[in-house]
Amino acid sequence: MPEAPLLEVAGLRAGYGAIEVLRGIDVAVGAGEIVAILGSNGAGKSTLNNVLSGLLPLAAGSIRFDGRDIAGARSETIVAAGLVQVPEGRRVFPNLSVLDNLILGSYRRGRARRAQGLERVFATFPRLAERREQRAGTLSGGEQQMLAIGRGLMAEPRLLILDEPSLGLSPLLVEEMFTLIRRLNTDGLAVVLVEQNVVQSLVIAHRAYVLENGRVALSGPAASLRADPALRRSYLGM
Amino acid sequence: MSQLPIVVPSVLNGLTTGAIYALVALGLTLIYGVLHIINFAHGSLLMLAMFGVFFLHKLAGLDPYLALLVVPPACFVAGYALQRGVIARASHGKDHNILLVTLGIAIAIENVAIYFWRSDTRTLDLSYAFDTVNLGVALVALPRVVAFAGALVVAGGLWLFMARTDLGRAIRAVAKERQGARVVGIDVEHVFAMSFAIGTACVGVAACLLMPTFYVTPQVGHSFVLIAFTVVVLGGMGSFPGALAGGLIIGVTESLCGLFLGESLGQIGIFAIFIAILLLRPSGLLGHRA
Ligand SMILES: Nc1ncnc2c1ncn2[C@@H]1O[C@H](COP(=O)(O)OP(=O)(O)OP(=O)(O)O)[C@@H](O)[C@H]1O
Ligand SMILES: [Mg+2]
Repeated sequence: MPEAPLLEVAGLRAGYGAIEVLRGIDVAVGAGEIVAILGSNGAGKSTLNNVLSGLLPLAAGSIRFDGRDIAGARSETIVAAGLVQVPEGRRVFPNLSVLDNLILGSYRRGRARRAQGLERVFATFPRLAERREQRAGTLSGGEQQMLAIGRGLMAEPRLLILDEPSLGLSPLLVEEMFTLIRRLNTDGLAVVLVEQNVVQSLVIAHRAYVLENGRVALSGPAASLRADPALRRSYLGM
Repeated sequence: MSQLPIVVPSVLNGLTTGAIYALVALGLTLIYGVLHIINFAHGSLLMLAMFGVFFLHKLAGLDPYLALLVVPPACFVAGYALQRGVIARASHGKDHNILLVTLGIAIAIENVAIYFWRSDTRTLDLSYAFDTVNLGVALVALPRVVAFAGALVVAGGLWLFMARTDLGRAIRAVAKERQGARVVGIDVEHVFAMSFAIGTACVGVAACLLMPTFYVTPQVGHSFVLIAFTVVVLGGMGSFPGALAGGLIIGVTESLCGLFLGESLGQIGIFAIFIAILLLRPSGLLGHRA
């Protein structure tokens, strides 16, 4: 891992009301890395993402992004700093056109680079270009996922958190999704990837963390986790 | 055919009243669309704005149309502060609480108004109040023509604002997907307050356009808001074009029923149309099916 990580989380605790979901999480993401976050349903992966994005308050711990303390900062500030989440369940604006959804992706960015950003997203997802005037709510599930990612890219992230981007996609689209993530990363984007497709995520990720009961149960280079007997047993059924 | 000479002016008058209904309803529907609550304070804010216009004229000699430069911006600021400072704080984000808080505000404002201004009816005496404009088919009172044009300009401006500006897009986004809005860095609380502010500014415009021909009392908001609620439901909850069309339809209906059934029965037609349209289109004229 690089010397000064882009994102550094230490001793993070958070939950909902009296229920503690995250019980002391340490995670780091280096610039240019793809880091996979794995864990069974309800392990707290989305909770972690939402705390990082400033959507949920944290009870304890520290979050440093790009050298700044962002623990407890407002989501607007965090997006402006370049930490952007593509949330679970897409959360596109169903009543807005594809174009308006993308424009809102750049809400915290200057208008100057907007046209350039749109061009890039449309080049990445030609499907969205064809449907730019269509209401997002009438897009297919796969198209909505593309839109959610495109909207995230419009925010000019330095670190992109993808929460189950392949959920509900056909096998062919899942394949495309992983190719895309790798390409974005090659272009310099750091990625946190939460996925149910454990094998594929471990193929493209540099490192991975496995969450269990609100703690990091296992972590290390993706290649060695892929060979880890405990992980193979609990997640891959082997 | 022989009735044409009286029907045409009646329709025109109905359209001008309807435009004001539409304006009040636009504010209401905007607030409903974003905050998902019926703002019970809407009528009291209209009343306050009308008193504002009244006293600006009485005490400072300001013409109601010039008050357009003062009253709507003041309403905007008051609306923002009311939402951010009182409603959001007191309701802790729970929709049913917001409803009760706005009801409480309405009652408070109205009682303060009654305390200060009694239930007296106040009107402005303006030189141009009885001027008419010849529209070819009929003569219409000048203030009514101004009110109609003003309401359409505001409706059009609002539509452009919502369609073309980032804040307009953000308001539409927050209306349907708050979590998604937060994820792209929209300050949702600010958008709530801006929606409330713009909705209240609409009422400020309505007050300026109304005062040349209308009276003000502490209870004046009731009739407008009852009709505006009807318009909002009729047009489709949260729909802008629906509020505009609904306002005009209600205005004309009221005017024609008044003409044929007598003044006191004018409002019966409103509710007949209301029920008829909802039977045919349960989600309103231009509302989206839930
Ligand atoms: N809004 C909420 N209120 C109360 N509890 C919640 C809330 N959201 C999540 N939880 C609980 O927190 C725990 C962690 O949920 P989280 O969504 O973070 O899991 P996850 O790892 O993302 O799971 P999945 O793989 O199914 O998406 C779960 O037990 C869940 O029931
Ligand atoms: Mg999840």
